[in-house]
Amino acid sequence: MVDVALPSGDTAIASSVSRTRVLARLHVSDVVFRYLTLTAAILVLVILSGIIVALAQGALPALRAFGFNFLIEERWNPVTEKFGALAPIYGTVVTSFIAMLIAVPLGLLIALFLTELCPMWLRRPIGIAIELLAGIPSIIYGIWGLFVLAPFLQRTLQPTLIDWFENVPILSALFAGPPYGIGVLTASLILAIMVLPFVTSISRDVFEAVPPVLKEAAYGVGCTTWEVVRYVVLPFARVGVIGGVMLGLGRALGETMAVTFVIGNAHKVSASILAPGTTISATIANEFTEAVGDLYTSSLIALGLILFVITFVVLAAARYLLLRIEKRVG
Amino acid sequence: MDRYRRRRMQNTMVIGLSIGATVLGLGWLVLILGSLVYHGFGGLSPAVFLEMTPPPGADGGLLNPIIGSLMLTILAVAIGTPVGILAGTYMAEYGKFAKLTVVVRFINDILLSAPSIVVGLFVYEVLVAPIGHFSGWAGGVALSLIVIPVVLRTTEDMLSLVPKELRESASALGLPRVHVIRYVSYRAARAGIITGVLLAIARISGETAPLLFTALNNQFFSSNLNAPISSLPVVIFQFALSPYADWQKLAWIGALIITFAVLALSITARALSASEKSS
Repeated sequence: MVDVALPSGDTAIASSVSRTRVLARLHVSDVVFRYLTLTAAILVLVILSGIIVALAQGALPALRAFGFNFLIEERWNPVTEKFGALAPIYGTVVTSFIAMLIAVPLGLLIALFLTELCPMWLRRPIGIAIELLAGIPSIIYGIWGLFVLAPFLQRTLQPTLIDWFENVPILSALFAGPPYGIGVLTASLILAIMVLPFVTSISRDVFEAVPPVLKEAAYGVGCTTWEVVRYVVLPFARVGVIGGVMLGLGRALGETMAVTFVIGNAHKVSASILAPGTTISATIANEFTEAVGDLYTSSLIALGLILFVITFVVLAAARYLLLRIEKRVG
Repeated sequence: MDRYRRRRMQNTMVIGLSIGATVLGLGWLVLILGSLVYHGFGGLSPAVFLEMTPPPGADGGLLNPIIGSLMLTILAVAIGTPVGILAGTYMAEYGKFAKLTVVVRFINDILLSAPSIVVGLFVYEVLVAPIGHFSGWAGGVALSLIVIPVVLRTTEDMLSLVPKELRESASALGLPRVHVIRYVSYRAARAGIITGVLLAIARISGETAPLLFTALNNQFFSSNLNAPISSLPVVIFQFALSPYADWQKLAWIGALIITFAVLALSITARALSASEKSS
């Protein structure tokens, strides 16, 4: 009996020792893993602040040299080293504005079709097809815009616009000039196609979040589909739609490659939307690798900083609005 | 009666417009894919995948940019995926109710749609300017900064979908947290996390802007990550804007390859998450 008990006592002690050891090891790995994940999460914050700090540091020489004038000066002259960001900023704002002007109504109409009119079996395929538009890389839009869309516009839409508005006071300036094919309008159209899927899919999601009871009640009192959308769906979904539009706007503002192909890269503020122009991102993409001199490089980085600040504000506002609607629905 | 007719007309008009808008949207997709196939498909041949990029006027292929793109993508995924998954794990598992989680989620959503050219500028400032030359490493890091937000977002979402009863029963067996996460949460969310990685790959395989002044480009075959390296999107950019017809032709072929790779990736990702949902 004793012979048997002793070894078993030994193993009991041994196993309790190894048990503590295993537990300690588990505890350590638990703590290590926890801090590993925490570090990764903090890294995201570090990246964002790193971007801001690095850009601000790189932009400092230009901002010091030109001060506030950098924002309102149109001249961009690498030879005399006089730089102003007005033309790129203007181009960025105008192309994005026109793009939203086209994409928002189209996106809302497609979302309306998908949620109210489309037969059930077609909804998923069409929704996926529209989302595939968002998946196509921007360089593809660029090459397509340059070789297909721009020549097409040069032959058809642009001469027509110039003819139509030749004698209309303000519009003649807006649609003035020879049809280059490339230019602000072409860039805006490409941007509109690229932003469309974002506006559509978010609008569809918020339209779908409208309680069916509300819609059924409206149909019940004899409303037409349009009236239901106009007086029930849109007011309910308003905040979400604005959030989606801002998200699309954030994309349009920062879009680089597609615009670089078709904008024409002219550092000029033109009244005509058929004229070539430039945007912040197109300027950086085109000139950065060729920039000689610290001031030139620094001015381009300053442009990047301006772009980042603008998109940050727009995207933050978009997220805030979308969060608000999520809270209401959830 | 007049009023009734007007309402009906208005309704018909809006319905017509919305059908028109849908047709237009789908038409664009067809147009773009169609012209890619039209301009690019005829030039697809084994030589495209076996030969280097040519000087203007000579025959050649896209071998070095294809290899370069693959290397950059692998590097970006190797750096970005662990960070994204770990950060997502923190947000969904450890710090679900922490203030940090809310902040990181907000910042991550902004990084998700931040202009990619700004990421390129940042990496240039940090990894190119101090070292003094462009490099494949810098390109990979730039792309990884685009991978992180995508993977983080899907990981967090997918882990949050795992029922908490699963975790609670594992914890009740005495498993430490790290084992609960590894053997229960990760397994339950695996398909979703893989979907996120696939989407991230789809996203970066067409990215050009962050590579322009990090990885730059290379006319010759190079697998040295410490030197400038060629990549498909940058080659397309350079060749498409060149005045040479044969370079432009190669640009179209490259565009066709990228687009169908990206579409295949995103359809696979979609199918994966759909099969997961139904099972």
